[in-house]
Amino acid sequence: MNTEVLGIIAMFGVTFLLAIPLGKYIAKVYGGERTILDPLFNPIERGFYKLSGINPKSEMTWQEHLYALLTINLLWFLVSMLILTNMGWLPLNPDGNPSQSADLAFNTTISFLVNCNLQHYSGETGISYLGQLWLMFLQFVTAGIGMAAAAIVFKAFREKTTTQLGNFYDFFLKSCTRILLPTSLIIAVILVFEGMPMTFEGKDTMINLQGDTVQVSRGPVAAFVPIKHVGTNGGGFFGANGAHPLENPTYLTNMVEMFGQFIIPMAMIFAFGYFIRRRKFSWMIFGVMTIGFWLLALPNIIMEMNGNPVIEKIGIDNALGAMEGKEVRIGAAASGFWSIVTTVISTGSINSMHDSSMPLSIMNELIAMMVNAFYGGVGVGILNIFIFIILAVFISGLMVGRTPEFMGKKIEAREMKIAMIIALAHPFLILVGTAIAAAFPSVGSSAISNPGYHGFSQMLYEYTSSAANNGSGLEGLGDNTIFWNISTGIVLLLGRFLPIIGPVAIAGLLAQKKFIPEGAGTLKVDNATFGVMIFAVIAIVAALSFFPALALGPIAEYFSLF
Amino acid sequence: MSKSNHTSLFQPALLKEAFKQSFVKLNPRLMFRNPIMFTVWIGTLVMFFVSLWTLFGATGQGSFGYNFTVFLILFVTVLFANFAEAIAEARGKAQADSLRKTREETPAKLIVDNGKSKSGNGEKGYQISVINSSLLKKGDLFLCEAGDIIPSDGEIIEGLATIDESAITGESAPVIREAGGDKSSVTGGTKVLSDRIKVIVTTQPGESFLDKMIALVEGASRQKTPNEIALTILLAGFTLVFIIVCVTLKPFADYSNAPITIAAFISLFICLIPTTIGGLLSAIGIAGMDRALRANVITKSGKAVETAGDIDVLLLDKTGTITIGNRKATNFYPVRGVEEKHFIKLVLLSSMADETPEGKSIIELATHIDNGKLTIDNEKVNYASNGRSIFDYPLSAITFKKFTAETRSSGIDYENTKIRKGASDAIRNLVEKAGNIFPEEIAEKVKAISSNGGTPLVVSENETVMGVIELQDIIKPGIQARFERLRKMGIKTVMVTGDNPLTAKFIAEKAGVDDFIAEAKPEDKMNYIRKEQSDGRLVAMMGDGTNDAPALAQADVGVAMNSGTQAAKEAGNMVDLDNDPTKLIEVVEIGKQLLMTRGTLTTFSIANDVAKYFAIIPALFITAIPALQGLNIMNLHSPETAILSAIIFNAIIIPLLIPLALNGVAYKPIGASALLRRNLLIYGLGGVIIPFIGIKLIDMLVTIFI
Repeated sequence: MNTEVLGIIAMFGVTFLLAIPLGKYIAKVYGGERTILDPLFNPIERGFYKLSGINPKSEMTWQEHLYALLTINLLWFLVSMLILTNMGWLPLNPDGNPSQSADLAFNTTISFLVNCNLQHYSGETGISYLGQLWLMFLQFVTAGIGMAAAAIVFKAFREKTTTQLGNFYDFFLKSCTRILLPTSLIIAVILVFEGMPMTFEGKDTMINLQGDTVQVSRGPVAAFVPIKHVGTNGGGFFGANGAHPLENPTYLTNMVEMFGQFIIPMAMIFAFGYFIRRRKFSWMIFGVMTIGFWLLALPNIIMEMNGNPVIEKIGIDNALGAMEGKEVRIGAAASGFWSIVTTVISTGSINSMHDSSMPLSIMNELIAMMVNAFYGGVGVGILNIFIFIILAVFISGLMVGRTPEFMGKKIEAREMKIAMIIALAHPFLILVGTAIAAAFPSVGSSAISNPGYHGFSQMLYEYTSSAANNGSGLEGLGDNTIFWNISTGIVLLLGRFLPIIGPVAIAGLLAQKKFIPEGAGTLKVDNATFGVMIFAVIAIVAALSFFPALALGPIAEYFSLF
Repeated sequence: MSKSNHTSLFQPALLKEAFKQSFVKLNPRLMFRNPIMFTVWIGTLVMFFVSLWTLFGATGQGSFGYNFTVFLILFVTVLFANFAEAIAEARGKAQADSLRKTREETPAKLIVDNGKSKSGNGEKGYQISVINSSLLKKGDLFLCEAGDIIPSDGEIIEGLATIDESAITGESAPVIREAGGDKSSVTGGTKVLSDRIKVIVTTQPGESFLDKMIALVEGASRQKTPNEIALTILLAGFTLVFIIVCVTLKPFADYSNAPITIAAFISLFICLIPTTIGGLLSAIGIAGMDRALRANVITKSGKAVETAGDIDVLLLDKTGTITIGNRKATNFYPVRGVEEKHFIKLVLLSSMADETPEGKSIIELATHIDNGKLTIDNEKVNYASNGRSIFDYPLSAITFKKFTAETRSSGIDYENTKIRKGASDAIRNLVEKAGNIFPEEIAEKVKAISSNGGTPLVVSENETVMGVIELQDIIKPGIQARFERLRKMGIKTVMVTGDNPLTAKFIAEKAGVDDFIAEAKPEDKMNYIRKEQSDGRLVAMMGDGTNDAPALAQADVGVAMNSGTQAAKEAGNMVDLDNDPTKLIEVVEIGKQLLMTRGTLTTFSIANDVAKYFAIIPALFITAIPALQGLNIMNLHSPETAILSAIIFNAIIIPLLIPLALNGVAYKPIGASALLRRNLLIYGLGGVIIPFIGIKLIDMLVTIFI
């Protein structure tokens, strides 16, 4: 077997094997059990809690949780705008990079705040080290926010009937210190040993093979890159993101970085099962997600390895696969695989240019973000599939002649309304955003680099990536304009907070309801039949709403290859 | 009226009425109640104007003929959906009307002057005026004599009568109704066969259960059930998604230089939104109530039927539901040394005045064993076995001892012989008081009978124990199978009985119920229901007595028997006209069927979209983007035929599914997951595949005509 393929299998296998114990550990963390890191962090946390007057033991209702979540985000927004628009004269700026313009700072702030990291600037020239460190901070805390939101949902299904769903700050802080920080640290050590820069010095000067003197940007890259993946953020230190040789130097770092973005979303699924003591339910979700993932990833690997028929027609050797926009040290297979990992998981970091992917590979990348629930981002992936589960429970409950119930709670009109709004929001943001860009060529579609079907894909991709909080792009799009900065900024905000508010609200409402014990007539939600049902709902809701758009973009492009 | 009298699905008279109603329902105000079909209705109007526009020379929108055809098909789609609702309504109404007819225009003997004028027309001094039954008001008193049709629902306040209720229940055997107690309720439309009763009207004209039910069916007061609301939200959500899809498609298509005609836009939209379930939704709900009515159950709301499908616990009275009526004598056990012939004689003598069903069954068994004949006339009692007279006593010489709570035994005194029959401890008391011993043999027998679910009755002659009669409950044939079915549905059955725990346990095990309440008092039922409900379960029960009313009200589904008291009927949310205690089981299945029909048709409707997409999307773009021919996997003839086939399929699937919507999807108690698998396969996968075939076939047909 091809070593490229073996590399992929090894990567997936290692992640899967480590995700189960990590999931168990995460469940312990949220369950308030003792963990080995307690002696180290407990005193520090106590100090901070005392300072800010928070009692981490006082439990909150779902409304209080959302209030805490949104206010802390607002605070970060303000601080971030301040730093990004002033970093030019602030310390830690050895290269003398300028401050950002207001609309770019808005887009950057929003995109890091929503764990998306759509970057309309280039790291080498557009930001100082202080700015990078601030963004690194945001990459930690926004991942923590997503995980805390998931923890609220976990908690809602652990108790029989309750309004008290734990403490938000407790969930949030523990996500950062007990899960994200240690995982990132381990990965950082490997990356440094593989040659990733870790310095506060400015640009280095070197003479390249052609004999030219070039300035090479560097910085605290090895600190930044681990959390970019572990927190499924994806914001690159450099403009070229994971394709940059200093951000992803070797095949091993490529594997480690893929592992980094994969591990927590996968572990969260198992954590859910351990936490609510329904491990079989976790396996069912894992099964649905994994099948969905491979249905997208396998074709991409094959298509990228097979190469481009047009190039073949010209008579150029295609044996290495479709290598346009790919790094030779990484290869076509790992690039195709990464292109789906990074889109299903909402990381959005790239190790090849998606703009150069094969048309149907682009379609799969789009579908991955349109579904946004095959693993999904840290914490939020669970929240996204939760909406699909609610819809599936409702329809299948009717199909077996029983008022639908999930985990012993009846699903009624109110929950359906919220679930439907959230399920609607995603296609709404993507399709309406793209439609506006297409309808006003002077501000919207003028930014595209290839007119025709591919140009349409570029616009569709940008909004899909924003709504899914992914952050990758078909970078032919010249997107640093006021229109693109602001419109994607709004889509990013709504695409982040609606899918957090909705599931937390549903879980909170369900937690208040009377618990109905499982009987022989209760529909089991932890078996393959129900898994098929969820899959069908995802296919119908997510894929059907985007079919016409996909037909005009990647599908039309694909058929015109021949 | 009985279940065998099945109304066929499409009777000509009903069809005619439904046809008329489908047009009446085009009224936008009525259409607005159903958001999905309302959007189709708007689309139809738009297409009407577009076809006019093409007639007057619009270009780029296709020919007038094509646009007008699209308009016609959409119009027919709306009509089909209206027809589905109308036929369901018509059927329910026909059913209810036939019930109502019996009680309209009946003369009522109104008591205008209750006992005041001693010299009035009435025998007892009531002044009576004959008025039309429709003029009776709540609280009015009326009189009914043999041969009269009871003019209104009411409660007997004086007298007793045998009544033929076959008009309502289909049961030909007359029933006895009397003032006081739990059998005091009479139903309008039934016929008094004997005696005379005074009845107080309990409902306002137009507010009887039947009137309420008719209103529910007719839609005037039909409210959406919570489940229907949640489903409507889901469907409205899907409709919104497809509105977004269609609206945004316009700039997408413009960008791609692929102009789309209005007809194509509207066709795409109408094909994608769940019109199938949208068109059938209200028909399904009405059909659920109609099916209940067909089972002779009047529901007070659609919600009650739905809730019935969710029931977790079923409380059933033992007598009449699990066992046949009353206990029957099954065996005689004379004490050692007593001849059977003699024991039979004692049994007969002790029971001949016993009017209870148990007493009668004892005589029946005795004469059967002995091949004898007991005759009692005004003067004497005579018994002959195999044609030979055994005894012949003048009645005057016999003193009958009736059952009293003190002695807890009954019997006769004849000359110097005292024969008693009673519960074992009562007889033991009697015997031991007289200084005799209660034989060990009999004590053991008594215990054995009790633990076998039977009731022992000990017979004594002159304070000496002579033997035991065994009474047994006869469990209804086939009841075990029904409970097994309920268990598979996930429903827990609970038997309610006044028997002692030992007997109750035996019968519970034999009949296969999951739990029982022994020595039940009315408040025990109530407590049991409360307990189950506090654990989050839904409870259904059936009852008839006034003391059942609180429990009926507390239960999530309370089915009152029509023979029961007004209080019971008010408290429950359904009334069973047949007074059949096993009816609950049917009601549960009707409820489940109702939910399932909704769920499966929703799935089917949405699954259809896949094929419709593959028909319409290539059709939309093929002229501008020939490469998309690759998506035309059905190989449809042309963009126009593709669009027409898709909307024709979309329209005709509605009437094709009407029988399914009205009859309901078959419920099989095979466990929730297996059921989901089955329905997902039939309606989900079927819903994906069938339209591919259907649209292709229609396209081939349409191609012939073009």
